[in-house]
Amino acid sequence: MESYKTDKIEQLLEKYFEADTTAFEEADLRAYFSQDTVAEHLEQYAPMFQYFSKEKEERFTKEVLKPKTGTSRRIWYSWVSIAAIVLLLVGAYFKTSMASSTLEDEYTQEEIAAAQEALSLLSINFNKGAGQIVYLEEFEKNTNRFLDN
Amino acid sequence: MQQTEFLTIVMPFKDKLFRLAKRLLVSKEEAEDATQEVLLKLWSKNKKMEGYNNVEAFAMTMTKNFCLDRLKSKQAANLKLVHSNYTDNDSSLDKKLEATDSVSWVQKIMEELPEQQKMVLQLRDVEQYEYEEISEMLEMKPTAVRVALSRARKAVREELTKKHNYGIV
Repeated sequence: MESYKTDKIEQLLEKYFEADTTAFEEADLRAYFSQDTVAEHLEQYAPMFQYFSKEKEERFTKEVLKPKTGTSRRIWYSWVSIAAIVLLLVGAYFKTSMASSTLEDEYTQEEIAAAQEALSLLSINFNKGAGQIVYLEEFEKNTNRFLDN
Repeated sequence: MQQTEFLTIVMPFKDKLFRLAKRLLVSKEEAEDATQEVLLKLWSKNKKMEGYNNVEAFAMTMTKNFCLDRLKSKQAANLKLVHSNYTDNDSSLDKKLEATDSVSWVQKIMEELPEQQKMVLQLRDVEQYEYEEISEMLEMKPTAVRVALSRARKAVREELTKKHNYGIV
């Protein structure tokens, strides 16, 4: 009985090394070599099959979808670009309305002064914001450099 | 496709992707990163994914390509590897001494195999895929899969026999 089995394993091994075994036959081989009693002359093959079985146990333990970084930054960018477009339109509007009639015709001196002050405030703050963007772009450039590596 | 739906699709084979990545990249951390990148890429294609009849095979191919690219760029970046042929002979004895038991010895032997043989052996003998599946995943002809598999198995056998006969551990 035992020698019959050993014969069969020998035959399977021969086929195995020619890559002619079926998945079923290979399962037989793994089962044979996973037991404690292996024929002495076949012992040298045992580590191979034991290793393959062991390797299948290894698991991927990290999160499947890692949280995306940089999403909030992207949303921030889109808000900045919307604000820039709005400002551009406002600017264009003022420019065309200024061309059609002089400011002094339509507004009092106080109104013009107030508007100028408001606009200069806007421009100061906008420049502040723009300054931040340069910084962020630099930051993005550098992080990308690291990410690419 | 919802994220939960995506997760149920990839759950059954995420470990296989990871094990293939680890086989190629060796380092566990790098293999984890690679697996996450591949899954993220797969998720970004989730609208198209319903069109694929075999998402698992597709993901395996993605993993293979990703890791091979990674190895290539590493090789290009690391000039030391140019001299690998000559340092290798030197260090292989040390490596062999490191392997404590014959099972981990097989791992060392596999590390020395060419990439294609590593992958074929991994996909057949560890993951037990059918030959046709492997040829699809690795974009190889079925006969080429068998040839590479037979060579890989024989190479492992040769090293094991050497060790068995001379008892070098």
